[in-house]
Amino acid sequence: MGRVLAVIIWIVTLLSVLLFLVGKWWLPEAISNHAPALDRQFMITIIVVGISFTAAQIGLGWMVWKYRDTGKAGDRAVYSHGSNKLEMLWTVITAFIFIVLGVMGQSVWASLRLNDAPPGSYTVEVVAQQFQWNFHYAGADGKFGKTDPSLIDDGTLNFIGLDSSDTASADDSVTAALAIPVNRPVELRLRSKDVIHNFWVPQLRFKQDLVPGMEIKVHFTANRVGKYELACAELCGQLHFKMKSYMLVLPEDELTALQALPQEQFQARMGELLAKYPLPPK
Amino acid sequence: MSETHEGVHRHPAPTGFIRKYIFSIDHKVIGIQYIMLALAAVIVGMLMSLLMRLNLSWPGTSWPILETLFPTGAPGGVMNPEFYLSLVTMHGTIMVFFVLTTAPQGGFGNYFLPIQIGAEDMAFPYLNMLSFWVTLVGFIVILLAIVVEGNATVGEWFAALGPSFAGGSGTVGPIGGWTGYAPLSALGKIAGPGQGAGMNLWVISIAIFCVGSLLGALNFITTLLNMRTKGMTLMRMPLTCWAWFTTAVLALLSFPVLLGGGILLLLDRIAGTSFFIPGGLYVSGLLSGSNPNFPLHTGGSPILWQHLFWFFGHPEVYIAILPGMGATSHILATFARKPVFGYRAMVFAIFAIGLLGFFVWGHHMFISGLSPYSAIAFSVLTLSIGVPSAVKTFNWIGTLWGGRIRFTTAMLFAIGFVSLFVAGGITGLILGQTSLDLPMHDTYIVTAHFHLVMGVASIFGMFAATYFWFPKMFGRYMNESIGRIHFWITFIGVYAIFVPMHVMGLQGMPRRYSQFTEYEFLASLHPLVLFVSISAIVTIAVQFLFYFNVFWSMFKGQKAGDNPWEATTLEWNTSSPPPHDNFAGVLPVVHHGPYEFAVPGAPRDFVMQTDVDVEVPSGNGHNGKH
Repeated sequence: MGRVLAVIIWIVTLLSVLLFLVGKWWLPEAISNHAPALDRQFMITIIVVGISFTAAQIGLGWMVWKYRDTGKAGDRAVYSHGSNKLEMLWTVITAFIFIVLGVMGQSVWASLRLNDAPPGSYTVEVVAQQFQWNFHYAGADGKFGKTDPSLIDDGTLNFIGLDSSDTASADDSVTAALAIPVNRPVELRLRSKDVIHNFWVPQLRFKQDLVPGMEIKVHFTANRVGKYELACAELCGQLHFKMKSYMLVLPEDELTALQALPQEQFQARMGELLAKYPLPPK
Repeated sequence: MSETHEGVHRHPAPTGFIRKYIFSIDHKVIGIQYIMLALAAVIVGMLMSLLMRLNLSWPGTSWPILETLFPTGAPGGVMNPEFYLSLVTMHGTIMVFFVLTTAPQGGFGNYFLPIQIGAEDMAFPYLNMLSFWVTLVGFIVILLAIVVEGNATVGEWFAALGPSFAGGSGTVGPIGGWTGYAPLSALGKIAGPGQGAGMNLWVISIAIFCVGSLLGALNFITTLLNMRTKGMTLMRMPLTCWAWFTTAVLALLSFPVLLGGGILLLLDRIAGTSFFIPGGLYVSGLLSGSNPNFPLHTGGSPILWQHLFWFFGHPEVYIAILPGMGATSHILATFARKPVFGYRAMVFAIFAIGLLGFFVWGHHMFISGLSPYSAIAFSVLTLSIGVPSAVKTFNWIGTLWGGRIRFTTAMLFAIGFVSLFVAGGITGLILGQTSLDLPMHDTYIVTAHFHLVMGVASIFGMFAATYFWFPKMFGRYMNESIGRIHFWITFIGVYAIFVPMHVMGLQGMPRRYSQFTEYEFLASLHPLVLFVSISAIVTIAVQFLFYFNVFWSMFKGQKAGDNPWEATTLEWNTSSPPPHDNFAGVLPVVHHGPYEFAVPGAPRDFVMQTDVDVEVPSGNGHNGKH
């Protein structure tokens, strides 16, 4: 029985590791400036995880294989209550590895979260609501028109409560898809009208909750032109699984041209651009 | 602290059926009641996971039985999204609260803690009875949530109570996940299906559960500190007792926070307060305050709920798994015929896990809008909790080293526990890092991680405990052949279910989606989803062997003696099952540590804690001798 168990533990371990190694299912190809560092940290971590996992399972299997009861009369186990030296040794070693890993893991986070968006960032307001994304663009003047929850009226398509009496709002556009420039820092100002949602683009290696009552500012830089799926990753109710949109990463000139269009043409042009760019290959 | 209290808690054995088996104050009966509650709850939770798997891998397929049972939730036999999400919510709630918190602590802890420390009962027998019955009421209330949401007529009755009470969504309960994030959970019916009466009952059920757990925790702590028999010093206690004690301390400190949070959430829902609801919300076409169905709310903080919830929720993970760790240590030593390797280190590790467990709740909230600075502190603390976890793993493997392992079913499950604890726990190194949480948060790698470590490993600990202590509880063995089949299929099955979920998470698959058909980037995952579902169906099916084994063996199992496993601790000093006062009027006196196996020169390969006239080289034995 001991040998069977040992072999099964080893086979399960091997298959588990192989599932990761085949590479068919892995992080999607990244498109943000912070992603290479994040992916490197992930590789380091998963190597540590993989080695620890494999070593522990091999060790466990080995004990089970080797120290089974042979049933010989008078044959007893080794009488040992442990070893303080070993306890010290493995405590210090694991503490060192885990804490070093933990400290290393902060660098990408710090670069994204401990500072404001660099000056000159392209800014979009994101207003989520149950099962729909709204993206608010400042237009040619670069100024966002005022918004007010009491002006929200989904019936007349004023999803974000844009105040038309504010002159800054005249050239603003609100669409259901996100367009951002390539190779330029982007700042998103995230809000929610109703419950918590989450902005999630796998290729960006980026995720952030949109919390009602808060405006959360985040920033990143996308570095590859294309169209990417944008999902809601925080349970927001019945149609959570359908709360989908797209993120377009555009060449600067294409975005500038889009930005200059009035609202109706903006919408139409956005539709064309969404059709123009394909999703990344699977 | 080690004086005895003989006679203080002696109460005559009850005679009537009701006082003996229903409203019993005997900790052993109460322990079995908790286990039965968990066995009932786990069937519900498990069948819910089966339905979820059917929906995920065969989207759009009609299951006629579902239409019969839930005509609104599964019209034409196809689950609608809200039905699926209510399954997610109820599966998590029932499993975490009514299975993982009841069986390990209320069940086995109740039954064996007093016996293992040589006491006649818990310190407060009536309080003990009360804690079980309060917990049972909590369970009945959560089942009512299924009824009020699933049945339109019942739903209408509740609607008469007010706008937040309307039920009848056609679901099997509320929609919010087991974490019930506000404001979705706080807004009431206006936020969509599954936010009415079912959610009220969900909050009430959890609040009741908190009360029951608090009463239990007080009892465990008092009993362990005051009622140890002569010679049972703290460092002679079995590791199970250390685990149950630490669990009770965690429960005592964390459940009040959830209880408070739950009451505030209920007030937000029914009394118009705004603890978790900010101002200016616009939900389902209505502005807050513009309509009687959506009263004015202002000034609340959704993140406050997350703090309150996870201040409880993270220690809860350890509440679920510490007893399994205790049982595993206990069983590994017994069947390796060897003392626990590093007993003292194991005790410290339990403490360290319990203590650090209170300082890491923020790792559930890295991307929630928490301060990025506190996220860093939470992250580094989270990684450091891996250290005592690793120490425990090393010591378990060390316990097996040089042993003479007897592969009983209990031992197989205990070894399985170690394997699964490593598999599930190790990915905490990934998820605990702030940066890596950006892509990983709320994806299937999280689902895989916590199911393996908190769900499956804990359950393996309980399976081991069941096979191990069954002969003591019922005087009969469980069937070992059926037990082995149960082990092999379950062990391979849970790996087959949860390992693929890791790579789904890498690909970015979000949790709590009723379908994955909407996204291109998830399309390549379908074969894995199918594989997981088939593994789940097989694994779930084989659990019915376990149920059969339990109930069949109670009456037909092979008879067992007082100490069938040749074990050392006090529960093996009394008859199987033990008499009403545990030791037939004579409390045992303890002379040795809990795991004196293979003592050189001793007449047998095990020295019971009560054995006299046996020389044990090191007394408590922590000298590191080989």
